[in-house]
Amino acid sequence: MTQALDEIKIGGLGASRKRVEDDRFIRGKGNYTDDITLPGMLHMEILRSPLAHARIKSIDASKAWDIPGVHLVLTGEMMATRNLAWMPTLSYDTQAVLATDKVRFQGQEVACVIADDPYIAKDACEAIDVDYEPLPVIVNPKQSVADGAPVIRDDKENQPDNVIYTWEVGDAAGTDRAFEQADKVSRLQLHYPRSHPSPIECCGSIADFNRATSKLTVYMTTQAPHIIRAAVALVAELPEHMIRIISPDIGGGFGNKVPVYPGYVCSILASILLECPVKWIEDKTGNLISTGFARDVYLDGEMALRNDGKILGVRMRCDADHGAFFSDAQPSKFKLGLIHSAFAAYDIPVAHLMARGTYTNKAPGGVAYRCSFRVTEAMFFQERMVQAAADDLGMDQAEFRRMNFVRDDDFPHRTPLGFLTDSGQYGKCLDVALEAVGYENFRKQQQEARAKGRLLGLGISTMTEPLGAGNSREYDILGIKMFDSAELKVHMTGKAIVRTGARGQGQGHETTWAQIVAHELGIPAEDIVVEEGDTDTAPFGMGTYASRSTPVAGAAVAMVSRKIRAKARKLAAHLLEVSEEDIEWELGRFYVRSAPDRGVTIQECAMAAYSNMPDGMEPGLENTAYYDPPNLTWPFAVYIVTVEVDPATGVWDVLTTVAVDDCGVRINPMIVEGQIMGGLTEAYAMANMQFITFDAEGNCIGSNYMDYLLPTAWETPGFELHSEVVTPCPHHPIGAKGIGECAAVGGPAAFVNAVIDALSGTGVRNIDMPLLPDRVWEAITYHRDISGAPPVRTDD
Amino acid sequence: MTVVYEDLGDEAGEAVPIRRIRFSINGKKMVAEVEPRLLLSHLIRRGLGLTGTHMGCDTTNCGACTVQVDGRPVKSCTMLAVQVDGREITTVEGLATASELHPLQEGFKEEHGLQCGFCTPGMMMAAKALLDENPDPTEEDVRWALSGNLCRCTGYQNIVKSVLWAAAKLRSESAG
Repeated sequence: MTQALDEIKIGGLGASRKRVEDDRFIRGKGNYTDDITLPGMLHMEILRSPLAHARIKSIDASKAWDIPGVHLVLTGEMMATRNLAWMPTLSYDTQAVLATDKVRFQGQEVACVIADDPYIAKDACEAIDVDYEPLPVIVNPKQSVADGAPVIRDDKENQPDNVIYTWEVGDAAGTDRAFEQADKVSRLQLHYPRSHPSPIECCGSIADFNRATSKLTVYMTTQAPHIIRAAVALVAELPEHMIRIISPDIGGGFGNKVPVYPGYVCSILASILLECPVKWIEDKTGNLISTGFARDVYLDGEMALRNDGKILGVRMRCDADHGAFFSDAQPSKFKLGLIHSAFAAYDIPVAHLMARGTYTNKAPGGVAYRCSFRVTEAMFFQERMVQAAADDLGMDQAEFRRMNFVRDDDFPHRTPLGFLTDSGQYGKCLDVALEAVGYENFRKQQQEARAKGRLLGLGISTMTEPLGAGNSREYDILGIKMFDSAELKVHMTGKAIVRTGARGQGQGHETTWAQIVAHELGIPAEDIVVEEGDTDTAPFGMGTYASRSTPVAGAAVAMVSRKIRAKARKLAAHLLEVSEEDIEWELGRFYVRSAPDRGVTIQECAMAAYSNMPDGMEPGLENTAYYDPPNLTWPFAVYIVTVEVDPATGVWDVLTTVAVDDCGVRINPMIVEGQIMGGLTEAYAMANMQFITFDAEGNCIGSNYMDYLLPTAWETPGFELHSEVVTPCPHHPIGAKGIGECAAVGGPAAFVNAVIDALSGTGVRNIDMPLLPDRVWEAITYHRDISGAPPVRTDD
Repeated sequence: MTVVYEDLGDEAGEAVPIRRIRFSINGKKMVAEVEPRLLLSHLIRRGLGLTGTHMGCDTTNCGACTVQVDGRPVKSCTMLAVQVDGREITTVEGLATASELHPLQEGFKEEHGLQCGFCTPGMMMAAKALLDENPDPTEEDVRWALSGNLCRCTGYQNIVKSVLWAAAKLRSESAG
């Protein structure tokens, strides 16, 4: 008698398998871009603009050329002779590679030096003399659209002003009618401040052009190597088959490593010109002031309410500050990412959203920082608005949410702004969270503390976000459809290799993809190696960002495993000398239905694929699957935070943080929990300290870790996680949903709502993030809202 | 014996002073000829090829470059190479022996204390300096000792658990 395999023991679905990649990282044997040294390699440094807006009168690089060890100085003028001074962005705009006419933000790339050594290259950058003529500076959308505002993008034809786009979605007339019928209208205006994903590892590349083979190999910090290959082919006009992009270990991405940056392009050109490898490794200031920022959106919304608490309609206006170049990495059909996913968890009959994007003299970006394209702004506004509305109605925060949630039996649910949510148990998640935090009891404690002058607060935030773009009908980047891929090769001894078009940056793909194969085929996970990030070997895919790896590439891994199993079944029939119809599958083994003892393992089938296949069968056991998801996956979460605010200083301490995440089936619960805790920390960071601002001259305040504050182990609170609610995704092959970003998306509002709740009764409805002590103190002391920036309306 | 220095050419050679330093790294005695301005982190990474010590910022905030110098945790991007003359350096590559991981390395894997792995060597070196001094730290001790090291992936909770796991293992080993 054979015994069925224990899926957890072989490291299948649901096993908290220890991570394979850790073995090299804990030994200091990771292989990050800066760890790679090639023979004859030179080093590149970038000279950046100290001014936010200025005309370049002249550049004199003669002193730089004179420094021993300098091989090349590149300027915009030299790039222009090769048609490389400008490059296309991922949002159909153009971006300067090296400035020619003007600089348009502080930190913009002006020149670069390639030398024997980075120290020499840096010396030479300092020896370049640039004569600037300063121009008036614009640092927010209100200034962008003011009368007489200088046109930042005067390089573009048909760009008479600073407006990039206006975009609307929803039913304007129907929403107007809902507001006419409302008993009450709540309004909230806020600014989601500019932030930076700021992985600890900065961006960098090593370009290695080999004249003898005409092949260009680029090692680089990219979350999406195949998109980069396509971009390099288009920008540099090189044949795509002669470009190999290798994304080695990545020291964190969080969306920062999706775009194409000027440094990559310059290192490639330098390698072609000098015919040797050229390494560019950005410093932290370069990273913070010039690469993809996130957020920076002014949000203004209204909610039409019935006195019993029913939400009748929502209006939103979004004013986005995109910086000097519109280089958001996002699906092309949507101008402000998936901002219109706001309020998707609530059953709201009608809504209307307007968005406007403007140029300013700030760094470009608008990347999806731990976020599925602007859903972070959407969910933050949603949950702040919901809290304000409940307060305006005098209703309980939890009950107001519960009565407006989409109900479990209403899925799939079409949202008023056009999404189709797939599944969920929203009320149950809320129940678990309320129970965990001891809701009723806390409310009593809060009242008692209030009587003694202590300010306790509780904030609830819920979120459902669209994760896992495509489907390809609606989602593409630069016209490339957003599917993903997996290739599986089973060797004759039953060991295997998986490659996908995704590229992990700490998410643990090397561990979890093997678990999906183990689940589908019964091959122990330890017998499966995972490889990603090399465009010469990996199948084409769109990369890892926006929590799309498990929903799309992970699905492809399951689908390719099923293709392999289908072939293995034919091999099993041949080995067992029965027809395919007479064969049953159990984990890791086919057997004869009428004689369960007669069976063959998947490993025996693999051997047969190379040594004993039936006549007419193609040998081998390898396949590839491209997965085009039918819909996005829609995880749901409830986050509840309690805080105590010190009225004398405005300092607030987190007492408890409860997270209830329903992300469908969990492949590796340990890794899922790690993702949630990381997201909660970024949520806390956003709410508490982490933002980048600019002075009136466009100087970036937050250009290094002394000014751009990230939480450490000391201030980061502890987290309590709950995993008991599981609603499998109905359209994903293994029922999984995205999870990497949920807590960073839904979390910030829980922290802010808690502080605002602590101030209830003082008349304070909003303090813009981050809730710095001085802002909270000012709100408490003067009983007023605190705006982080001047409010701007799209219809001003 | 290894001699490591930046070759700046004859012309530069006259302008740039070179200093000879002697030090030990992970127990191995070395001599290097370095520019006085060379950062210790660059000596370790580029000169010695020990790339486990990472560099994440330019302002001594992130701690990815943490190593031990004479047993004390030091952010190697903020120390000049010439300052280690006559001193002992330990990097992440010196934690494990050929056959055996250090309990901190085991702890980080066991408790899922890392994700992208970039901050990990610095975290472990800062933690090692703590455990060398305090074999039985509280959670608060660990959080304070690691407060000079930034992690963007984990949220620290599992890092703290990893260090406590290692502390317990080290105590049981020394008791045994």
